Amino acid sequence: MSLLVLMDVSLFTLLLATALAITRLRALYEATMLTALAGLLSASLFVVLDALDVAITEAAVGTGISTVLFIAALRLTRSREAVTPRRRLWSGGAVAVLLGATLLYAAQDLPPFAEPDTPVQTNPVTQTYLHESQEDIGVPNTVAAVLASYRGYDTLGELVVIFTAGVTVPLLLLRTRRRAERDEAHAGEEGAEGGTEPGTEHGTEHGREHSAEHGAEHGAEHGTEKGAEHRSARAVVMSEYRVLRVASKVLMPFILLFACYVLFHGDYGPGGGFQAGVIFAAGFVLYSLVFGIGEVERVLPWPVMLGLVPVGVLLYAGLGVANMALGGAFLDYDTLVPGHPEEGQHYGILIIETGVGITVAAVLIAVYYSFANRGARR
Amino acid sequence: MTAHLPALQVVIPLLAAPLCVLLRSRTIAWLLFLAAAVAALVCASVLAWQVADGEVIHYAMGGWEPPAGIEYVIDRANVPVLILVAAIGVAAAVYCRASIAAEIEASRIPLFYACLCLNLTGLLGITATGDAFNAFVFLEITSLSSYALVAMGRRRRALLAAFQYLIVGTIGATFVLIGIGLAYAVTGTLNMADLAQRLPDIYGNRALGAAVIFVFVGLAIKMALFPLHGWLPGAYAESPSAVSVFLSATNTKVAIYLLLRFAFGVFGAALVFGRMPITEVGLVLACLAMLVASAVACFQSDFKYLLAWSSIAQVGYIVAGFSLATSDGVTAAYLHVINHAVIKGALFAAAGIVVLRLGAARLSDMAGMGRTMPWTFAAIVLAGLGLVGVPPTAGFVSKWVLAEALIADGRWAVLAVLLVSSLLSLVYVGRVIEAGWFRRHSESVAVERPPLTMSAAMWALVLVSLVFGLVPEWPLSLAEGASSVLVGVAK
Amino acid sequence: MTGGHYIFWFVFVLMVIGLYAVISHGNLVKKLIGLNLFQIGVFMFYIALGKVEDGRAPIVEEGVEVYSHPLPHVLILTAIVVGVATTSLGLALAIRIYEAYGTIEEDEVIERDKAAEQDGTAELNGTAERDGVRGGEAGP
Repeated sequence: MSLLVLMDVSLFTLLLATALAITRLRALYEATMLTALAGLLSASLFVVLDALDVAITEAAVGTGISTVLFIAALRLTRSREAVTPRRRLWSGGAVAVLLGATLLYAAQDLPPFAEPDTPVQTNPVTQTYLHESQEDIGVPNTVAAVLASYRGYDTLGELVVIFTAGVTVPLLLLRTRRRAERDEAHAGEEGAEGGTEPGTEHGTEHGREHSAEHGAEHGAEHGTEKGAEHRSARAVVMSEYRVLRVASKVLMPFILLFACYVLFHGDYGPGGGFQAGVIFAAGFVLYSLVFGIGEVERVLPWPVMLGLVPVGVLLYAGLGVANMALGGAFLDYDTLVPGHPEEGQHYGILIIETGVGITVAAVLIAVYYSFANRGARR
Repeated sequence: MTAHLPALQVVIPLLAAPLCVLLRSRTIAWLLFLAAAVAALVCASVLAWQVADGEVIHYAMGGWEPPAGIEYVIDRANVPVLILVAAIGVAAAVYCRASIAAEIEASRIPLFYACLCLNLTGLLGITATGDAFNAFVFLEITSLSSYALVAMGRRRRALLAAFQYLIVGTIGATFVLIGIGLAYAVTGTLNMADLAQRLPDIYGNRALGAAVIFVFVGLAIKMALFPLHGWLPGAYAESPSAVSVFLSATNTKVAIYLLLRFAFGVFGAALVFGRMPITEVGLVLACLAMLVASAVACFQSDFKYLLAWSSIAQVGYIVAGFSLATSDGVTAAYLHVINHAVIKGALFAAAGIVVLRLGAARLSDMAGMGRTMPWTFAAIVLAGLGLVGVPPTAGFVSKWVLAEALIADGRWAVLAVLLVSSLLSLVYVGRVIEAGWFRRHSESVAVERPPLTMSAAMWALVLVSLVFGLVPEWPLSLAEGASSVLVGVAK
Repeated sequence: MTGGHYIFWFVFVLMVIGLYAVISHGNLVKKLIGLNLFQIGVFMFYIALGKVEDGRAPIVEEGVEVYSHPLPHVLILTAIVVGVATTSLGLALAIRIYEAYGTIEEDEVIERDKAAEQDGTAELNGTAERDGVRGGEAGP
């Protein structure tokens, strides 16, 4: 048994055990943490399977951002799952059996794993991507070459997908001015009650939370009131911890620097615009977890954040239109430097990776902000 | 510049979306959506003219030749869908200004238009692409924006409808992804034309069979084929009026197109309809859809839910058409895609006006309103007759072509089901007309005239459906062109 | 057959567990978690297709001859992004559902809708409300 098999089998066994545990758990915070673990395990598996770019992304997304989003959402909802009714188990089981049977059927004729003569490996495209790319584009990281140039249009599509999330989440969670004003008014009336709160500047938030209690009459039975107080208390306490405060302050510049490294080094090693954007966003999210979303908003006000969301898409698609104007096809970077297609490819890839980084970072911060802000003003 | 049309028709709506977010003005956002739809329509029309003689336009994105790069392929099979989506987009753009202003909070409107632009982008992208994975990416752009658009409905029920749509839709898209992955595993390529070339050598491969199943099940979810239609009634009925108009006329239709493209242009009819029992399965599900969904529609008390259930039944007609895998059958399917999109768009537009003026679209609320809102209810009658398939409406033409295709193939049982389903549709359309015109309202209600733009968009769709009924040559030639490409490719 | 395919068996089991979790659980957040697991399974499947025995990550270096295939990596980068976009939108919807219904259990939501219908109080969605139509939101 080779090392590859050993590592695959052990990591996969852990992953499946985690997945099973997740389905059994009714406590949703715990399930979320295990999902993060599943993300980390799958990132390790991606490393074993030579997919370094994917591993960075999965670690940053699966373990980082989406865990934070799940927790932020759980803070706003309920953290315990109801008992699943039996009939649901039946329908779920039936679908699972059908899926399993079809996959089992498919596996009979799938090419064997990790052999060098599978259709995927012998396809002429492999030659193009691995060898011709060195002359055409001159980027050692072939994943970056395929991502940004050969299949650059897919990446534009991917950027539009994340942009769609950046549009739809604020669309759903946006606080309209009218409601915000109404909440302000309540906060003013009830601000006096906030006296028990440590740190008076949080009194406003506290008042807002009270006003929400009238709205969420269903929620009251689940002890929202207590939870709400705990929440704002925790927000205060988090920044009281010196270790957290100092660590996150010290880490912040390094995280941002690392993001820049991942962005600009993406041509030579694993990384690129998307990973950089996620890491950048993670830095801000970490900071706001410790110091409160208000601190981040001081640096990056909401209109600026929402303004940055479309910038990357415009940069990317705009570059494509510029290529057309220069006489090439959409996203044909060769046209950027006439006579030196390789240089043109370099500039093109740099521009689009930057565009991807900007939009991804802005979208993820905006999404987190939408979630956190919904909580703070409740 | 005409050489870039295949890319431009997708890129223009794509660029309009970020501009909507950046400029954050309601009027500008609306203008951007309208301009994007008009530009897409112009591009699609010019493309249709270019490919009318059977030419196929290939456009290599980034200048990379396929299969290394991604290409757009424009032929007679997808221009009808491109024109349909763009034209409905224009109608929806005209319709939505007044409708959205009345239904959505002002501060959300620019983002809302951005979502509409993204939806349009995704639909056009799915239709134009010649790359299987690229189709998945644009499918997700469409889906994500649809979920959010549905969630903006007036009632809180819209939220659950959107969430259910999200879960079911994501499962569907992931199935498509698995199917593409299996096909990739056995061929090593993602380009549709390249796949079509390599697959015949390995017909009989079980992984390939599973790939067909996954892609078809995934797309059957997206096109709401019975019994995978669960997400549709809530999503169509609870969404804002303008969104109902746009989604009902385009989203399921594009999924149907993609299924046809995969069946004929990727996997090949010899595999799908020859070796696999897709014809039989498709016809059975189509018959069930026609019967069950029409019957359920008869018992709805809400006009929008009634229309949504009728949409599920109509998907049955289309599926019955292409399941035959004959050139007549595919022609009938295409024709019904076009005609039904126009008719259903008109009916949902009418429902939106009813909701705007009466506050709800329950049939009890609509009782006797025919005299108060004569134009709207006249439009409901005309479009409703088209839905039933009364001559000389567009619905009649496509049902007639479908019936001919069924007879030619000797599928008498399906024909009988088609007739029964048409009778049922007479019942549910009759209920609406009866409520509107022949019942008396308990109290007389003064109703303002509906906004001119909304009526204009509704009437435009109604008139198009009438023209397509009286002079069916143009849609028929589009449909025949499409079927000659698809079925011709298979031979 | 089993030997050369062992990784696919793991992948398929993961997909089945994920899809089972999506369908069998009524909790909206749990459904999204299940969806994530299901998608991780699909990601693994693609990446496994690109792997070559003794290959290296597809970053061209001197002296390395065998590389794993870069294309599945690119596709899955895209798919991961799509996944996180779907998750964030789903969570946003779950938050709104909780605010409108006070629960994130699908069955309870449907129950409350039925109850509201019987009372004849068609509850409005938060987005459309203009003047605080909804319950106690209007004031203390």
